[in-house]
Amino acid sequence: MSEPINVSMTVNGSRVSCGVEPRSTLADFLRQTLALTGTHTGCEMGVCGACLVVVDGRVVHSCLMFAVQAGGSVIETVEGLTERAAIADLQDAFHLRNALQCGFCTPGMLMTAYSLLSQPGIPTRDEIRDALSGNYCRCTGYEAIVDAIENVARDRDAASIAQTREEAGA
Amino acid sequence: MKARAFSYARPSTVMEALETFADAGEDASYVAGGQSLVPALALRLQAPQLLIDIAHIEALRGVELQGGWLRIGALTRHCEVLTDPLIARHAPLYHAAAPHVAHPAIRNRGTIGGSISHSDPASEFPAMTLAMGAELELVSRTGTRRVAADDFFIDLFQTAIEPGELLVAIHVPVIRPGHRWAFHEFARRRGDYALVGCGVLAEFSDGLIEQARIVFFSVGNTPLRARQAEQCLIGKRLDEAAVAAAQALVGGDLDPPEDEHVPPAMKRHLARVLLGRLLGQIMRQDS
Amino acid sequence: MNALTSLDRPNSYIGRSVPRPNAKRLLAGRGRYVTDFVLPRMLHVAYVRSPYAHARIVSIDAQAAREMPGVKLVATGQDLARLCTPWVGTMDHFKGMKSPPQLPLPVDKVVWSGQAVVAVVADTRALAEDAAETVAIEFDELPVVVDIDAARMPGSPVISPELGSNLCFHGKIDTGGVDDVFANAAHIVEEEFHFGRHTAVTMEPRAIIADYDASEQQLTVHHATQTPYQFQDIYSRHYGIPESRVRVIAPDIGGSFGMKLHMYHEDMAVVGLSIMLGRPVKYVADRIESFVSDIHARDHRVRARMAVDADGEILAMDVEDVTAIGAFSAYPRTSVVEGNQVYRLMGAPYTFRNYRADLQVVFQNKVQMSQYRAVGHPIACAVTERLVDMIAAKTARDVFEIRSGNLIPDDAYPCTSPTGYQFEALSHHACLAKLRQMMDYDRLRAEQAQLRSKGIHRGIGIATFVEITNPGPAFYGVGGARISSQDGAIIKITPSGDVRCLISVTELGQGTETIIGQIVAEHLGVDRNRIKVITGDTETTPHGGATYACRGAGIGGETALQAALKLKANVLSVAGAILQEASEKLDIQNGWIIDAATMHPRVELAEIARIVYFRSDTLPPGTQAQLSVTHHYAPQGYPFAFTNGVQGCHLELDVETGLVNILKVWVVEDCGRIINPLLVDEQIRGGVVQGLGAAFFEECAYGDNGQLTNGSLADYLVPMAVEMPDIEIGHVETPTLDTQLGAKGVGEAGTAAASAAALNAVNDAMAPFGGSIAQLPMTPARILKALGHI
Ligand SMILES: Cc1cc2nc3c(=O)[nH]c(=O)nc-3n(C[C@H](O)[C@H](O)[C@H](O)COP(=O)(O)OP(=O)(O)OC[C@H]3O[C@@H](n4cnc5c(N)ncnc54)[C@H](O)[C@@H]3O)c2cc1C
Ligand code: FES
Ligand code: FES
Repeated sequence: MSEPINVSMTVNGSRVSCGVEPRSTLADFLRQTLALTGTHTGCEMGVCGACLVVVDGRVVHSCLMFAVQAGGSVIETVEGLTERAAIADLQDAFHLRNALQCGFCTPGMLMTAYSLLSQPGIPTRDEIRDALSGNYCRCTGYEAIVDAIENVARDRDAASIAQTREEAGA
Repeated sequence: MKARAFSYARPSTVMEALETFADAGEDASYVAGGQSLVPALALRLQAPQLLIDIAHIEALRGVELQGGWLRIGALTRHCEVLTDPLIARHAPLYHAAAPHVAHPAIRNRGTIGGSISHSDPASEFPAMTLAMGAELELVSRTGTRRVAADDFFIDLFQTAIEPGELLVAIHVPVIRPGHRWAFHEFARRRGDYALVGCGVLAEFSDGLIEQARIVFFSVGNTPLRARQAEQCLIGKRLDEAAVAAAQALVGGDLDPPEDEHVPPAMKRHLARVLLGRLLGQIMRQDS
Repeated sequence: MNALTSLDRPNSYIGRSVPRPNAKRLLAGRGRYVTDFVLPRMLHVAYVRSPYAHARIVSIDAQAAREMPGVKLVATGQDLARLCTPWVGTMDHFKGMKSPPQLPLPVDKVVWSGQAVVAVVADTRALAEDAAETVAIEFDELPVVVDIDAARMPGSPVISPELGSNLCFHGKIDTGGVDDVFANAAHIVEEEFHFGRHTAVTMEPRAIIADYDASEQQLTVHHATQTPYQFQDIYSRHYGIPESRVRVIAPDIGGSFGMKLHMYHEDMAVVGLSIMLGRPVKYVADRIESFVSDIHARDHRVRARMAVDADGEILAMDVEDVTAIGAFSAYPRTSVVEGNQVYRLMGAPYTFRNYRADLQVVFQNKVQMSQYRAVGHPIACAVTERLVDMIAAKTARDVFEIRSGNLIPDDAYPCTSPTGYQFEALSHHACLAKLRQMMDYDRLRAEQAQLRSKGIHRGIGIATFVEITNPGPAFYGVGGARISSQDGAIIKITPSGDVRCLISVTELGQGTETIIGQIVAEHLGVDRNRIKVITGDTETTPHGGATYACRGAGIGGETALQAALKLKANVLSVAGAILQEASEKLDIQNGWIIDAATMHPRVELAEIARIVYFRSDTLPPGTQAQLSVTHHYAPQGYPFAFTNGVQGCHLELDVETGLVNILKVWVVEDCGRIINPLLVDEQIRGGVVQGLGAAFFEECAYGDNGQLTNGSLADYLVPMAVEMPDIEIGHVETPTLDTQLGAKGVGEAGTAAASAAALNAVNDAMAPFGGSIAQLPMTPARILKALGHI
């Protein structure tokens, strides 16, 4: 009955096709089968945010999804976003601001930040904290993370204004 | 914390889903967003033999106006409830409640149909379904039926949905000009299930309250209408005295379970405070 | 303002905010945590746990489990008792303390709900869990001891009958004269305080892989711990494996805060399971298991009073602390240290000399309670600081005024506390003054009064504290525990002139490797990018205390400093031989040997290394260059390096709902020499938030039957981003003169006083209503009760 099912999906730009036990969560599948251990699990029930990944453009908990449910989906993990430099500025800002200590929550924090900053405008500190409401961090006390995200939001906004000006001027 | 083994099916039509369920007997479970079901499986609190993934059934999607009703497909995600302009306009209590439902990533997958089917007594959407007097469209192999919200929430995690039946859509009567509404909840932390929450929908005519639905959640086994409080407002102008009268009655409307950490007296107290604030808010809206 | 500071010298790193080089890896998702490790032929264990808090094990039927798919071994307490000797969590210097012996898995009875009873090892964790479900254990329930008073009542059931009672330890401190002082005092304030249990909830749960290779009789343990040497010693002694054949590796660790330095039954069992199977066995606690098996913290009831004269001078303090620790004392650090620090730190910032305290440490049927960040400090601080605020109220003085009148003057050091702690130099008054200015206190008070008239109720609370850091052997060693208070470092220069430093202090994200790199770079005279710091492997790093009690910077840092100076002398000696120059005339800067007087570069360090390693034939005869040094450092001056500080908390209380909005927290802290302000500040912020968690949210709730009723991350409330405030930090720097580095510890300061300041702030907000609260966490229910609403 619960035999492995063949599942195909795109993970970090590569097509993956393999047999998966239906009970394997997407988190376990990514970590164990694909060795993408940048995605962490801290609670396996949706309350810590360490396991966030992007599925079809939306940030979701990989512990609250079975890998079979992701069949046909496009998935990105922290490794993929790092490789295509989609979060390089966030990573730099986290580094400079020391917005991580043990680093276990960090991939999830980056996912939330990535998603928040893909919307237009500069979020307020309260909005950043609100976006982080499902991301637990035991080490930092959150402020440095909020600072880092705020800094990137400002920088991106300044850069896009500069670009618009340049285009208008050209 | 690993789920027991199960097998998996992904139907693409309602009929296929219903057949698959029927073939499996009662040891199957539908999964929509999985945001309530997957934790229950991980904790081995539930262990169906078969998981039927309904997330790819087109007929369960979409938000559209149908006459005086707004039809919200069961698969509409919480994040869509938050941003959909039709819902904001015609089913405003869902819109107001959505930011309080869990956290962004859970809202990205959780579905309104899943929330209502699951019917956690602390959930926002089931309560707002009752507050807006919505109707639930259910389909089984024998056909389709519409159940009024007042008849839908039966007991703890128990609704009018029969085994194997699917919730297809929620039909919300659209807001009319005399309507005023307010929503709020008291929660320990952002996104937590509320200590006490409430949605109020009142219809005014010539400055008098013609109809009122006051629904609390997290105060009993199901979302609860505060009927005595509602009743005492009918035909009245909403002023300080009317608010106080409704507040005085609300304790008797509720039935909070014994809980050492949040005792019933506290829930009743919070419900009174909350109702006072919500009616106050409506009072201050122009009328 | 172009004056050069010490930071303008080349290779000046101490005092500079430099980011952590090792953080980049974690940001890229390339961390290597034990949870990530996969070893060849690795198996997974799941445990069958006791549903009862106290019960006799009648029988275990595991036949069905043995026949389940993928199962390789089912082991019981009996099986493991054949391999592992029992451990007892006592130390000699706690006179009269007692605790029952522990084995990996119980043989005859369980003493807390959630205790692991049977181990099931299988190919995957899921298969192990499947099989674990089929194990049938018959229990015979025993009366449960939960309440601290009932536990000590004559005739109450005794959890370990061989110990005679449920009292683990009874301590007393009495300077004498306390009764007289109270009898003649102008005012007395008193209160009964309750501090709930909370727990570490590290983001990465406990994780361990034991790999026993019978062919070499070699045990390798990948262990998410902050103290690998301690566990090397424990595994070696209890499993009878020579220490040289036990290797403990602590890779990246997802948080510890003291929680991952205790011996856990499941972890000890994993070693035995690997020995039985000859294969690697992995155990990762899931979050549900963490709640019922990680140590819990605090759990105190304190009755305390203070006597004051008519001028508001505190004269004496009288304290009774009862703390409950579970059914046995934790190993190897004991569960008495928490209470010991509570009753010794009471009143520590103040001048009074008359002190009496009674400490009772009690057994009960709950999971073990032991050291967690800021051991004992938050309790001592909250009790003391709340009483001081009560005195302020009683004598109609402001909370700053009452403190400046009673804190030990900044010029009164060295001095000794009534409980015997020796203070080298603290700066309470300087910190207090700085806090007042940072908070803009007078404006806050004016605003508070104005808002009150509009029905908005804000509270302001402050709390001074003293923190214990850099403990010497008086902490554990004298009690017979094999826990080192010294550290060791090996520093080597590689053939290309790079530097490797292997050191016994460990990295938990607090930045150990970064500050060690800064210290070595500065004192050796090289660019810090050329230094690689290596920690967390007993096979390669020297034996040391590793990380506990805020010792990494103060002791580990001094070790690195002295080692770097020793290596520098070696380098200059060989450079002198090569350059035909007196080595005293040379120095090292930016990786170059320079002329010390003219700063003129002479030869690159890399060139020295090349010659030493590859062309020793060109060195003057008799020159044996030593480009590696090993150095150990043990603190010898004061038994502890005390630090101090003060925190302020500003919050808004919804007096109708009991919900609190924390608006802001300020901290002024004196940790001596600051090596890296960026890291210090983030230690404080993280610590404050843990303290605020304890103040408002975190509590392990138990039912009368000893069941944990909120043991999941959905029910146990940790502090999250929305509810936590921004935290402003200021510093006063009073370096310790015990070391050349001058650094003390800082990791626990934030936690020490955050809940005390919050407690005072909530009480301040409630003051107009006549309510008061003396219990943590301050939940809405408790606040509503204090306000008389329910
Ligand atoms: C950490 C966390 C916090 C949360 N906080 C909140 C909160 O504050 N408020 C809140 O309301 N919710 C909260 N939730 C729950 C969340 O909103 C869920 O998404 C929702 O309750 C269920 O929706 P789902 O689509 O995920 O349903 P699923 O988990 O897929 O299903 C839930 C149940 O409904 C059944 N079901 C689903 N869809 C249908 C259908 N169309 N017809 C018939 N049966 C169906 C399933 O068989 C299952 O029994 C939280 C969840 C988590 C993990
Ligand atoms: S592991 Fe998925 S949210 Fe914690
Ligand atoms: S950095 Fe450790 S949990 Fe966030």
